Amino acid sequence: MKTKRGQGPEKGTGNVSRRDFLRGAGVAVSGTLLVGESMAEPAEASGQARGPGEVPVTLRINGEARQLDLEPRVTLLDALRDRLGITGAKKVCDRATCGACTVLLDDEPVYACTVLAIEAEGHNVTTIEHFSKGGQLHPVMKAFVDHDAQQCGFCTPGFVMASIAFLKNHPNPSLEEVEKGLGGNLCRCGTYHGIRLAVLEAAKTMTAQDEGGSIHG
Amino acid sequence: MASCKYAWPPVGHRGLIGQSISRIDGPAKSSGRAKYTYDVKLPGMLYGACLRSAYAHAKITAVDTSAAAKMPGVKGIRVIQGVGKEIQWAGDEIVEVAATTEQAAQDAVRAIKVEYQQLPFFVNEANLQKDQAASRTKPASELKVGDPDKAFAEDGVVIHEGHYGVPVITHCCLEAHGHATEWTGPKNLRTHSSTQGVSALPMQFAEALNIPSANVEVICQYMGGGFGSKFQMDRWGQYTALLAKDTGKPVKYLLERAAEQEVAGCRPSGFARVKVAARKDGTLTAWESECWGTGGPGPSGILPIPYVLDIPNRIRRHTFVSTNIGPSRAWRAPNHPQSCLLTMAPLDDLAAKLNMDPLELLMKNAHLAPENLGKVYREELQKAAELAEWSKLWHPRGEKTSGHLKRGLGVSFHTWGGRGHVSNCLFSIEPDGSVVAELGSQDLGTGTRTVIAVVAADTLGLPVGAVTVKIGDSRYPYDGPSGGSTTVGGVSASTRRAAVDARDSLFAAVAPALGVPADQLVAVGGTIQAKNDPTKRLSWKQACAKLGGRKIQTTGKNPGECMLGSSGVGGVTAADVSVDVETGLVRINRMVAVQDCGLIIDMKTAKSQCYGALIMGIGYSLFEEKIMDNITGRMLNPNMEFYKLCSLPDIGELVVHMMTGPGYDERGVIGLGEPPVISPGAAISNAVANAIGVRVPTLPITPEKVLAALAKGGVA
Amino acid sequence: MERFEYASPVSRKEAVGLLAETWGETEILAGGTDVLSRMKDYVSTPKRLVSLKRIKDLKGVHYAPGHGLRIGSMATLREIKVNTYVQRYYPALVDTANLIRSQQLHSMGTIGGSLLQRPRCWYYRLGYGLLAQYEGKSLPPEGDNRYHAILGNSGPAYFTSPSTFAPILIALEARVELLGPSGSRTIPLEKLFTTPTKTGEREHTLHPNEIVTEILVPPAGGIRSAVHEIRQKEGLDWALTAAAVALHMKDNTVRSARVVLGQVAPVPWDSQEAAHALVGKTLSEQVAEAAGKAAVSEATPLSMNGYKVQLTRVAVKRAVLQAAKGGA
Repeated sequence: MKTKRGQGPEKGTGNVSRRDFLRGAGVAVSGTLLVGESMAEPAEASGQARGPGEVPVTLRINGEARQLDLEPRVTLLDALRDRLGITGAKKVCDRATCGACTVLLDDEPVYACTVLAIEAEGHNVTTIEHFSKGGQLHPVMKAFVDHDAQQCGFCTPGFVMASIAFLKNHPNPSLEEVEKGLGGNLCRCGTYHGIRLAVLEAAKTMTAQDEGGSIHG
Repeated sequence: MASCKYAWPPVGHRGLIGQSISRIDGPAKSSGRAKYTYDVKLPGMLYGACLRSAYAHAKITAVDTSAAAKMPGVKGIRVIQGVGKEIQWAGDEIVEVAATTEQAAQDAVRAIKVEYQQLPFFVNEANLQKDQAASRTKPASELKVGDPDKAFAEDGVVIHEGHYGVPVITHCCLEAHGHATEWTGPKNLRTHSSTQGVSALPMQFAEALNIPSANVEVICQYMGGGFGSKFQMDRWGQYTALLAKDTGKPVKYLLERAAEQEVAGCRPSGFARVKVAARKDGTLTAWESECWGTGGPGPSGILPIPYVLDIPNRIRRHTFVSTNIGPSRAWRAPNHPQSCLLTMAPLDDLAAKLNMDPLELLMKNAHLAPENLGKVYREELQKAAELAEWSKLWHPRGEKTSGHLKRGLGVSFHTWGGRGHVSNCLFSIEPDGSVVAELGSQDLGTGTRTVIAVVAADTLGLPVGAVTVKIGDSRYPYDGPSGGSTTVGGVSASTRRAAVDARDSLFAAVAPALGVPADQLVAVGGTIQAKNDPTKRLSWKQACAKLGGRKIQTTGKNPGECMLGSSGVGGVTAADVSVDVETGLVRINRMVAVQDCGLIIDMKTAKSQCYGALIMGIGYSLFEEKIMDNITGRMLNPNMEFYKLCSLPDIGELVVHMMTGPGYDERGVIGLGEPPVISPGAAISNAVANAIGVRVPTLPITPEKVLAALAKGGVA
Repeated sequence: MERFEYASPVSRKEAVGLLAETWGETEILAGGTDVLSRMKDYVSTPKRLVSLKRIKDLKGVHYAPGHGLRIGSMATLREIKVNTYVQRYYPALVDTANLIRSQQLHSMGTIGGSLLQRPRCWYYRLGYGLLAQYEGKSLPPEGDNRYHAILGNSGPAYFTSPSTFAPILIALEARVELLGPSGSRTIPLEKLFTTPTKTGEREHTLHPNEIVTEILVPPAGGIRSAVHEIRQKEGLDWALTAAAVALHMKDNTVRSARVVLGQVAPVPWDSQEAAHALVGKTLSEQVAEAAGKAAVSEATPLSMNGYKVQLTRVAVKRAVLQAAKGGA
């Protein structure tokens, strides 16, 4: 390869600039810190490759910055689950097909199995854990319970996340819109009947809450 | 029976039983808090990965793990099948590795060198002549009743002959098979396992690892789908434990998706050439079938056809076909969905030949079903017809209207046992009023936890939330594996018996304080009160405070005193489809399930079983097939892109009706997991035939097959 | 997935500089949904992955009257779908996005990625190479070819072009701008695709060290266009066949037409026959039917995919009729 390369596979020897790595990290002793809304994208001298060994990666997850040393090949899903113990997003197809790993990246739904963790730097990652902070169920979660839109529950977090994302763009959906809108998630137990009822009901609840001025999500 | 103290409360005295109650672990699941085996992370845990055979049939001639052993992060390597072993299916385990990360484990697998001597293989069994030519067949059984030859020769009978089939499909559990295992002592193992048998697994681990069964703890609080495929520790379970031993660290290994599809999921196929006869009035008289199927290298089940209906003169022959595909596992209602299609489709074709409404044919012959089922079927057929608008929408074969969309209706019925399994419930009422039920059972998503809570709460007159249910751990009392729709019958009965005994002990403890004999007390609405004088009452907490600091502890068993459950249910499925005769695409308009399962504990989760079964049924009817390649011997769709599961917009309107009330409830609790998944294949196949006027003989009903069938006849 | 180094340049030029001159050394990361899956399956094993996500001027969807649409190669399917100009002037592109039944793929997938994703041929994905060779023989002709090509399949390529967007964009006469070390070039989109004839060749004419920068779609005034896809599932699923149609109308007569098929040949299949059957005609059921028939007149189905001929015939017919109604 003729293009210039990073300096090799050893941990921490990639060409990431320590400067921006440290930018939000001055107070990070525990590995967790809060950063402001406008977390900058990583601004290392561009064009320089990082890895293939572990490199420092800062992820902003549910409003918290988390620092990890990761090989570039580690997916966002594996980083969340194996490194951070955030396990609501599930690994199922592992090939951007089933939606069980759905998280929000800058508020848009993505298959976390097919996003590299390193790509998520500088973006806001929102997982299902965010939506039941303090033990309060999000209206979509509550509707899933009420309509028994779950059996084994392994696809459920992905469906809940997909539904939350869907309802953001379709606050008052028709049944057909719900069905097609959630076509990128799969369930094996067959909970779709409950899911479509749940999403329709959650839409109503959320619209009513919005009109009432309360904030959800 | 009414005198039995454990008997289910009669109508009017049920507080919670039969109501629609949300599953108690619903919030944990929908919020993502529920921790599955795949989510377990133990301190210092290593990750497993497995080298698998790329060949369907081969002898291993060399295995070299030396390069892998030197790789960074690799902590343990175990050869599972070494030199000289003969591999019988692609994807079979050869070497398992444990490393500090999943990526490192996979790197190590890539670095292992295995040499094979390839051997001839056989992976497609649909054609019996080819199976025989390849010497892959083994006659398995022949069953003859009456005199079929004579019955077929009877004057004036109408005979239909046809060929039908159901291919191998996979379980495709969303949570892959696997374990996270650690040694807590030299001979003590604790394993988090994605299993349908928490209480059964310790014996398997103990035997494989040569340790006492009592030293094995199996934990499974939540599991992501089994459908019959997760009763075994499996070879990877044994080797994960061995690697944990070798490395002194916990090891977690859950199958990669491709392996899950290749080796951990296989419902045996069933194909048949069928000949069936009826008199002109539709009375079935004779059946003959030549049936074959594969469950991988070993034998699979013998398909009980003709299904449900004991046609007076019948003969069936069954042939096993051995193939080099991952071995079969029980799949929800083993043998039934295949047998149902192989029976109900030919009967539907016969009805068409008789110019008869197939619903009428089934009504007329329902008496051929064993025991009481004929009556059940007739009632259910009637209900299904009503819900499917049969009289309005059914038409003779082949919708004659113009346009490329043809609508059709189909119907089928099925049966299942579903008697409760062995169950033990350890039940406590604490002096502070808490109530705990402990069972070594597991909740596959069917609602087992909820059912236990409902039974306990109903018995004690408490709300569901007042009961703590502890399951999913082999430290709790032994309970049967969750298979064959046996769980609800088992746990409801053991819990009922334990809860009644506990309640009666409480009555005895508070009787003096209330000045009412214990046998005159009732537990209702969160109080203990005199049956005939509600003013004599104590709140639940006050009552428990009378226990004097001693908790009540009882054990309930199943089987046990009083009939609390039985077996043998009937169900009917009707399908309403539209077929695009230009493209061969089948779309579901509506599915109707009418199902009996005795006394229902929780209507909400019971219905969920039926909705789910209809959806799963749509999937295996239209999309699912384990596609094996004749040249490479490999599964071509070991993923979720081309192993196609039904998606949300594919399901149409779903209508579920549970047969309850007099004539049904008295039978006690019967399992429901299997039955509603049996008939959808036949009902959909029949609906397609009704729509287009010609049979698509095998599942899944793909555009390709619909167009091929239409080319031979039909309405297009 | 094998290890690789990750580069995320901020300019187009830097991106090109990071790419190797030969295939296999480097891969481009756009939406990632295809390349990362291939890497997990070890079908692609680059030493370096070059992400285009931080190159701001590869994003965006712009419209200028008289010039048409300019879509940055890194524009996501959602950006395209919600763009008001696209909705107004190119509704068939919105319909095309909606054929992909996954909001996640709408967020992740890019237009460049849709064009440059690799085939879904199961032999290729199982590691037998793009040309699906096994013990010196081509697998598809004698193997399971139910999803393989029915056109342009004289070998050794039997896979099908998987791009959902290529057919409609070609039908709309889109051009694609590529940037390499020696500058940029703009070619008609159909020229981006080619049928490989030997091992090592790809199905794209993109050079290993080039990137797609923009897709340029001419003004669509007076054009009626539509897409029709035949999929087994209503949810996310690969089409069995797909047709895109763009008709330049004069009054009620077709002045010129383009009919481009997806999922039927190693490249998006520009059916001259179907176009010819439409030109000079007034649109009707019969004319649409004739176009469908013409589209598959040269089809040479393999042992198991004859049904795709019929499906393609119908897809073309329906796309034409949809376009006749004024388009999407």
